[in-house]
Amino acid sequence: MSAPAQTLNVPPTQNEESADSLLQIRDLKKRFSLSGDFLEQLRFKGGKLVRHQEHVHAINGVNLDIKRGEALCVVGESGCGKSTVARTVMGLLTPSEGEIRYDGNRIDNLSSRQLLPYRKRMQMIFQNPYASLNPRMTIQQTLEEPLRLHHPDWKRAQIVDKVEDVMHSVGIDPDWGMRFGHEFSGGQRQRIAIARALAVDPEFIVADEPISALDVSIQAQVLNLLMEAQQARNLTYLFITHDLAVVEHFGTRVAVMYLGTVCEIASTATLFDKPRHPYTQALLSAIPRLKDDRPQHIRLTGEVPTPVNLPSGCVFHGRCPHANTRCKQEIPVLQTQNDGTRVACHAVEEGRL
Amino acid sequence: MTTTTNASPSRWERLRDSYMWYSFKRDRTAQLCLAVFIFMVIAAFAAPLIAPTNPYDLAQIDIMSSELPPFWIDGADDRYALGTDAQGRDLWSIVLYGTRVSLLIGFGAVFLQSLLGVTFGLMAGYLGGRVDTLLMRLADIQLSFSTLMVAIVVGALVKATMGSAFYSQYAVMMLILIIGLAEWPQYARTVRASVLAEKNKEYVDAARVMGLRSKRIMFRHVLPNTLSPIFVISTVQIANAIISEAALSFLGLGMPETHPSLGSLIKSGFDYIQSGSWWITLIPGAVLVVLVLSINLLGDWLRDVMNPRLYKG
Amino acid sequence: MALLDVNNLDVRFALRHGDVHALRDISFSLERGERLGIVGESGAGKSVAAFSLLNLIAKPGFIAGGSVTFDGQVLNRLSERGLRKVRGNRISMIFQDPMMTLNPVLSIGEQMVECLKAHRRIASKEARAIALDKLQQVQIPSPETRLDQYPHELSGGMRQRIIIAIALLLDPDIIIADEPTTALDVTIQAEIMALLLDLCEQHNVGLILITHDLGVVSQVTQRMLVMYAGRVIEQGPTREIINDPQHPYTQGLINALPQMATPGEKLNQIRGSMPSLSNLPSGCAFHPRCDFINRADGQPRPACTQQVPGFVESGNCQVACHMVAEMLEDRRLKEETL
Repeated sequence: MSAPAQTLNVPPTQNEESADSLLQIRDLKKRFSLSGDFLEQLRFKGGKLVRHQEHVHAINGVNLDIKRGEALCVVGESGCGKSTVARTVMGLLTPSEGEIRYDGNRIDNLSSRQLLPYRKRMQMIFQNPYASLNPRMTIQQTLEEPLRLHHPDWKRAQIVDKVEDVMHSVGIDPDWGMRFGHEFSGGQRQRIAIARALAVDPEFIVADEPISALDVSIQAQVLNLLMEAQQARNLTYLFITHDLAVVEHFGTRVAVMYLGTVCEIASTATLFDKPRHPYTQALLSAIPRLKDDRPQHIRLTGEVPTPVNLPSGCVFHGRCPHANTRCKQEIPVLQTQNDGTRVACHAVEEGRL
Repeated sequence: MTTTTNASPSRWERLRDSYMWYSFKRDRTAQLCLAVFIFMVIAAFAAPLIAPTNPYDLAQIDIMSSELPPFWIDGADDRYALGTDAQGRDLWSIVLYGTRVSLLIGFGAVFLQSLLGVTFGLMAGYLGGRVDTLLMRLADIQLSFSTLMVAIVVGALVKATMGSAFYSQYAVMMLILIIGLAEWPQYARTVRASVLAEKNKEYVDAARVMGLRSKRIMFRHVLPNTLSPIFVISTVQIANAIISEAALSFLGLGMPETHPSLGSLIKSGFDYIQSGSWWITLIPGAVLVVLVLSINLLGDWLRDVMNPRLYKG
Repeated sequence: MALLDVNNLDVRFALRHGDVHALRDISFSLERGERLGIVGESGAGKSVAAFSLLNLIAKPGFIAGGSVTFDGQVLNRLSERGLRKVRGNRISMIFQDPMMTLNPVLSIGEQMVECLKAHRRIASKEARAIALDKLQQVQIPSPETRLDQYPHELSGGMRQRIIIAIALLLDPDIIIADEPTTALDVTIQAEIMALLLDLCEQHNVGLILITHDLGVVSQVTQRMLVMYAGRVIEQGPTREIINDPQHPYTQGLINALPQMATPGEKLNQIRGSMPSLSNLPSGCAFHPRCDFINRADGQPRPACTQQVPGFVESGNCQVACHMVAEMLEDRRLKEETL
């Protein structure tokens, strides 16, 4: 950790733009307005009517490349913007700035009709299996719907066959098709949700905390299922989670986010072996491990600042044990280290850490 | 969660296992109200079969036998069990026919209300933004007109353009239109509120990610999940519509006396209360109260059953 | 006699399809200053167990049998008034959601003073001083200003610290913590757990920690119970259970953790899911999910499907499993013949 890493000052956009990137996220920003409609924004200030707007800065300039066949995990604590990234990629939110390219083509500015061909290629799995299935639809209807939409030319028998197929592949009994979601346990519901995503044979799956609402013994089942699907179908994952133990097991590469920015990206093994960013170090030390009795975790001071008024300089400086005046003023950028890790930290750059 | 049995239960089995049936079996009030309500609906719509006379047929009316009291009072006529009104019409027959008119208007108005309210509420809630603002302001404006105002305005317009004969001929339609137009915002607001709650659930996101069009998501995914509150509010609204109709008729803005509803019956008998013929007003009045009460009590029961927070905890 | 003794506790819920047995035959004890973990998945009954200790189960639930003895008093026979003297005063609770304890319309200081005054005859000024001291103990920055703040002005981690301060307010003998850090982020969770551990050690306070997180249990507690479908299936010293679990369910639970597997390889999953309490399998409730119900000769062990296993002693642990019982019996016979 203390060895001064050689930094290559290459702008990220040129460095990682390789041909095998399935998804590219460039300078993505997303703000949510807190101020309501136009009338509510008007305020009196010093005798004048002023338009006053407040924003939540959910993501501030995120660059990510997802390579074909990998599982890129995005970790971070609540409010760091990881889910916003996932939802923006899937077109559930429109970015405030920046662009998203899928297979080389921009998808962030497409209409829903233009997006339709991409919807077949990219699918999403949600966190809460109790809310992600329509309570008024049977399992059969839930699974048939995407097929009917994306394969309007298919015959009924073909659709039924495909549904049975995909139910088998996620380990649900096809006889359960006529039942409703609420008749199943959380793990089974999540299997159904995965089946719905896999039904259209996508190549890219965004999984937003897919196992955090499940029990420990069920988490393992679902994680295994996701890994099997990846091998069998050559899937690419964008996996959002707060659980670093899962990342260590599942991810090819990891991006650590804090307050809307990526502070470190590395291959999983490198990150767990040699975390560079002080925040990553604290995060890793906080995992409750079974093996050690009295863990020496790095205690961070203070609280995560609100994303409404972002701190100046490095967003982490208020809680960082290594922060100096430069950290308070200058925003660090991601810089590639000699082992391929990219870290946004002045202390790492200066060799202080 | 019963995941061990493989056969999927039929619709009837689902109903039998449901909380609704369970609660209905234990709730005497709900059972009684449903029985009364069903009895009244059947009696009203079977009026041509049950009623001894046809009150719309002028040939059957005998002005000589007007203001006859009901059977338990001296001077009653065997032919008229509940007595007769001021024009000599059989009260039993005319109450049956009147209930039919009232129910028809009630159901019709609620159908129109729900059609408008559900569509607007769904659009406002799901599409949000300007559509939401526009529709909800429209609803606010509508609510600031009372039903009475709408009735006066529509009545005046129709009478002025088409003539009052036209108005009386199509009075049922007119009342459905007036009450439907005046009270759709109740529906729109309820639907909008539950759409806003449903819209943020992940199954809606899942449908969007799938690539479905907004229209399909609104009607296929969101709407079925807002049915419970729609159902509950419908019972209340039917009762309200029947009362509105009665009020309008009582004020002379509703059904004509030749084609009376419960409201216009009450009105027509009102002048005779002082002269001792109280039954002309009170019998249709009692029918109206029983009808509205049973619907409201059923609505209360339904609200308790359908509010999941009360029993799932 | 231990400080807290739970004997054959039995809790049922009267539901419309008949009684549901939420807890069966729960027995454990807690010594002064001891830290005990209760581990289980959702539906195992661990929260019901916590609530039933203080007779806090809401209708339609009720304690159908057994006893909870605290310092010589049988808590489930005490009147509501007698219970109030114990609750919050000698045994306090920490919930997962801080807002369950905090009243949103009262300031932190008001709530703490009120709590002190309810149990002790004390002047407001004095009570405020105690409150301030407790806030300092939970390492809240600028505690004086916090006293006048309202719960919604504080972050989740800060609220949970306040809850701990309130739990410590009357110097209790035992703190029951029901998933105290589940809603919090990892770094905050680590801080709160470390704080709770330090304070319990400093003040010699007993802790009953209810959680689904084996990692947290292994770091904080000395002894642990593993629950499955309303029963305790394994109990003993935490270290021993974590390092060498005996019950197939405990083994499965520990082995299913991603940190126990080689990265990129299949996790050791337990098949199936937790049965619903209203429809429990016969015999050992875990048998449909158990990989060991077959004997060495390939025949299923009849006891597993027919008979509820009792506890057998294995080392310092107690395990409710027919297979473990059989293995121990075999070993004993072998030793005898030698």
